[in-house]
Amino acid sequence: MIIEFVIPALLTIITASTPLVFAAIGEIVVEKSGVLNLGVEGMMIVGAVGAFAVTVKTGNPYIGVIAGAFSGLLLSFIFGFLTLYLYSNQVATGLALTIFGVGLSALLGHEFVGQTINSLPKLNTPFFSDIRGLGPLVFEQDFMVYLSVFMAILVTWFLMRTRWGLALRAVGENHDAAHSIGFSVTLIRLFAILFGGAMAGLGGAYLSLAHTPLWVENMSAGRGWIALALVVFASWRPWRAFFGAYLFGGITIIQLHAQGFGVDVPSQVLSMLPYLVTIIVLVMISRDDFRIRISAPACLGKSFHPHG
Amino acid sequence: MKLPSILTSLAISAVSFLFLSAITVSQADPLKVGFVYVGPIGDHGWSYEHNEGRLAVEKKFGGKVKTTYVEKVPEGADAQRVINQLASTGHNLIFTTSFGYMNPTLKVAKKHPKVHFEHATGFKRDKNVSTYSGRFYEGRHVAGLIAGKMTKSNVIGYVASFPIPEVIRGINAVSIAARSVNPKVKIKVVWVSTWFDPGKEADAAKTLVDQGADIIMQHTDSPAPVQVAEKRGVWALGQASDMTAFGPKAHLTAIIDNWAPYYISRTQAVLDGTWKSGDTWGGFKSGMVLMAPYNKAIPKDVVAMAEKARIGIIDGSVHAFTGPIKDQSGKIVVPAGKVASDGMLLGMNFYVQGVEGKIPQ
Repeated sequence: MIIEFVIPALLTIITASTPLVFAAIGEIVVEKSGVLNLGVEGMMIVGAVGAFAVTVKTGNPYIGVIAGAFSGLLLSFIFGFLTLYLYSNQVATGLALTIFGVGLSALLGHEFVGQTINSLPKLNTPFFSDIRGLGPLVFEQDFMVYLSVFMAILVTWFLMRTRWGLALRAVGENHDAAHSIGFSVTLIRLFAILFGGAMAGLGGAYLSLAHTPLWVENMSAGRGWIALALVVFASWRPWRAFFGAYLFGGITIIQLHAQGFGVDVPSQVLSMLPYLVTIIVLVMISRDDFRIRISAPACLGKSFHPHG
Repeated sequence: MKLPSILTSLAISAVSFLFLSAITVSQADPLKVGFVYVGPIGDHGWSYEHNEGRLAVEKKFGGKVKTTYVEKVPEGADAQRVINQLASTGHNLIFTTSFGYMNPTLKVAKKHPKVHFEHATGFKRDKNVSTYSGRFYEGRHVAGLIAGKMTKSNVIGYVASFPIPEVIRGINAVSIAARSVNPKVKIKVVWVSTWFDPGKEADAAKTLVDQGADIIMQHTDSPAPVQVAEKRGVWALGQASDMTAFGPKAHLTAIIDNWAPYYISRTQAVLDGTWKSGDTWGGFKSGMVLMAPYNKAIPKDVVAMAEKARIGIIDGSVHAFTGPIKDQSGKIVVPAGKVASDGMLLGMNFYVQGVEGKIPQ
């Protein structure tokens, strides 16, 4: 009885949360380098259309995934060029990037509206998949779900255990100091931005290839903004972002199930819940001024001028 | 340092200016007809069908008309600007196609008494403002009959947007129709609080299937729920347009909004100088509501029953809300032998028997 209801709910939660995991972890790397890119929504939707279009043309969703990452990366390059080399304001450029991305994706996706594709296949692990309940949950996901876990591990390791991770954090904390000891602030930030773009693109690809295998305009429907909120929610730690994404996805799905079971709570309140919980946690984190200051990169959102 | 950001914002405003002035074309001989859409025309639902209506007008009148559309116009102040822009650039007939354009349309209409306005789904009119909408519940009735016959689990899952009379009316029409052929049917409703979010609509559909529904209906605009039904091997009913492409096996039929006949007749009226303000609530009879082709998997007798109901609605012998209708508590709201009045339908704020749960307040 419990397995019959809980396992399907958990399966839905995984697909709802995975796009957020990619986008949020990508943005953590960007912000850790001291750059605030508010264009996550735009990069995500462009990733979604890129992935979908290439899957339609090639018939291969794996090539589509790569195309999604690449589309997000290309868009983020525009942001990187404008903010790092022309010193444009990061907030304004990021917002413009979202508006641009939404429009561009609609334009590019015009001929793909209404087309159908083979969605990203679920993997089938012999023997393990047959374990009742647990099998489908842990061993029968599409590869991007495993990739999202792997990326959380990889990014944590990179940021905390490698020299380049240290350099990236140094650039984000104090770009002048990092510059004076010989790090190329601009180049490190550019790579961080491109990585964030590719990750947002992967999140978008997951939307159009696995979550709802179709293309319609504006299909990311604000998930990029939620990913941005998750970064602060997670106080810039990849694993917290991972669990934050699952918390958000989980509450979204559980409230749908609660409605189906006739739980007598206004559905508007239930729809609000995920956002409400995010805000409450944000408030709890931000209440402690010291903690928010030590976790937020000190140079977040500041342009770096190498020559003074 | 500040310059590039100023440039960025300048670029944005320049683009939006161009976008608005793109609809500024010099006044010529053909009748200029303007359309304002709330969504992208690629939504494959509501706005898509309005645009199909526009294309039908162009096809019908050829060089006699010139149409313009503006898509993705948010309801509110932006809408007023766009409508005003259309009215002051020589458009003599303007269709504003979302409920939230009601007050902006009326305000602009006051300033342009010679321009004819048509507002979809609203209830406020003026000398130069008509309203129109579709009796989509007639389509829901046919869909409900089919669903009642096709379900094995006796649970119909319903992905709903917002608890407004239009949506509640649809849910009730399905419950009444389905239970008239299968009294064991229950309707499970999940509200997603959005008209358009493919991901969330899909999640809601998955939830309903997980909870035993083997028919998925929707009152949201994306084809995502149909796709979920296809994947899970249950039935689906499309919304606003034919969604067969998204679930060739699952898609039983769809309720299609067909604005073309109305748009053509109103354009003709302006051309002839016979346009009058009024309210149109068209259904099967006027062709404003259509059923998509029936899935081949539906047994012949069920198709015959559905067609009989559709034809009955056209000739007036069948009404989707025929008494006795009981609300959830069992109280009779429409007595036997009577049909619900339009007033009751337009303000519907209660569930009938067979619908589970409560309407969110």
